[in-house]
Amino acid sequence: MSAANRPTSRPLSPHLQVYRLPFLANLSILHRATGIALSVGALYLATWVVFAAGSFDTYAKFQSFNGSIVGRLVLGGWLFSLFFHLFNGIRHLFWDFGYGFELKDADRSGWIVVAVTAVATAAAWIVGLRLI
Amino acid sequence: MAEFTLPANSKVGVGETYKAPAGAKNIKTFKVYRWTPEDGKNPSVDTYEVDMDTCGPMVLDALIKIKNEIDSSLTFRRSCREGVCGSCAMNIDGTNTLACTKFIDEVKGDIKIYPLPHMPVVRDLVPDLNVPYAQLTSIEPWLKSSTQPPTRERLQSPEERAKLDGLWECILCFCCSTSCPSYWWNGERYLGPAILLQAYRWLADSRDEAKGERLDNLEDPFRLYRCHTIMNCTKTCPKHLNPAKAIAEIKKLMVERTI
Repeated sequence: MSAANRPTSRPLSPHLQVYRLPFLANLSILHRATGIALSVGALYLATWVVFAAGSFDTYAKFQSFNGSIVGRLVLGGWLFSLFFHLFNGIRHLFWDFGYGFELKDADRSGWIVVAVTAVATAAAWIVGLRLI
Repeated sequence: MAEFTLPANSKVGVGETYKAPAGAKNIKTFKVYRWTPEDGKNPSVDTYEVDMDTCGPMVLDALIKIKNEIDSSLTFRRSCREGVCGSCAMNIDGTNTLACTKFIDEVKGDIKIYPLPHMPVVRDLVPDLNVPYAQLTSIEPWLKSSTQPPTRERLQSPEERAKLDGLWECILCFCCSTSCPSYWWNGERYLGPAILLQAYRWLADSRDEAKGERLDNLEDPFRLYRCHTIMNCTKTCPKHLNPAKAIAEIKKLMVERTI
């Protein structure tokens, strides 16, 4: 039945409002969100380069912003997004080959991605701070 | 664009409360979505207190008890009451499943019951399933053959037959399709997990001779490729089938025929 044949007064049943999203669905949402964050983050990195191309002073300004609380949150968030999107992307590649579709396998690979992301983000953060 | 909120006419209000009879000791509370086309009001959630000492163990038992003894206007689909027909699919405790195979004991606290998500409501727990049925028709779910029919049955080896296991058992309850956010946002163009599992059931059938034609029909940015492996379908399937895997197999067939 096309939309035209349906009584327009008919309500739409609740969806996000009532559905209890499972772990795997939340990871999927996080994958989408980190993908968007990475696109925005790419603009941030480009801006960084533009400031570096300007002069020592402009670069120093940007660097001092990076060192602020907000700057650290942005960089930390970008780092987390990068690693999560990367490792979950690899998980998607396995799915593309038809592997890992049993629920317990998918749950396990999801937790592995979360764990590896946490370790990689922390490690990169520590190494990054040492280099500054 | 996906609309995350409900339209104005679909916002859910608070409905009536039906108290348990005096003296009932073992009470379970059911909060059930109600909507009728007759009164022009928005949907609401009615609260029913049910005496579990005189009720069967399944959610469907409670719904039937409510309809028989408390409120005869409550409307829902049911038939086989043993997980074979797929009629009583609904959203129970935040997950789509069959009311007849869901134990009341499995749910802690009040039991919230809604129709299958993101579907037009005909009345109470009855969703309009015309779109998924039309989509099922679109994949032509029958054996197609261009060669001369044999004079006897079309034979399959045990291995060929085994490829259909996990596919033929689908009862078309649409728990999976209506659990899928991609189907919520693009349900008129994306076929959804239930229909794609059926599509793969015919692609996997050794007797079918229309594989290329079937794949042509699915080669579309929306019909097939709106699947993002969210896995809600597999998680929610009351028959423990794996639509996500079937969809991945179709995507693989798409790649295999181009390389």
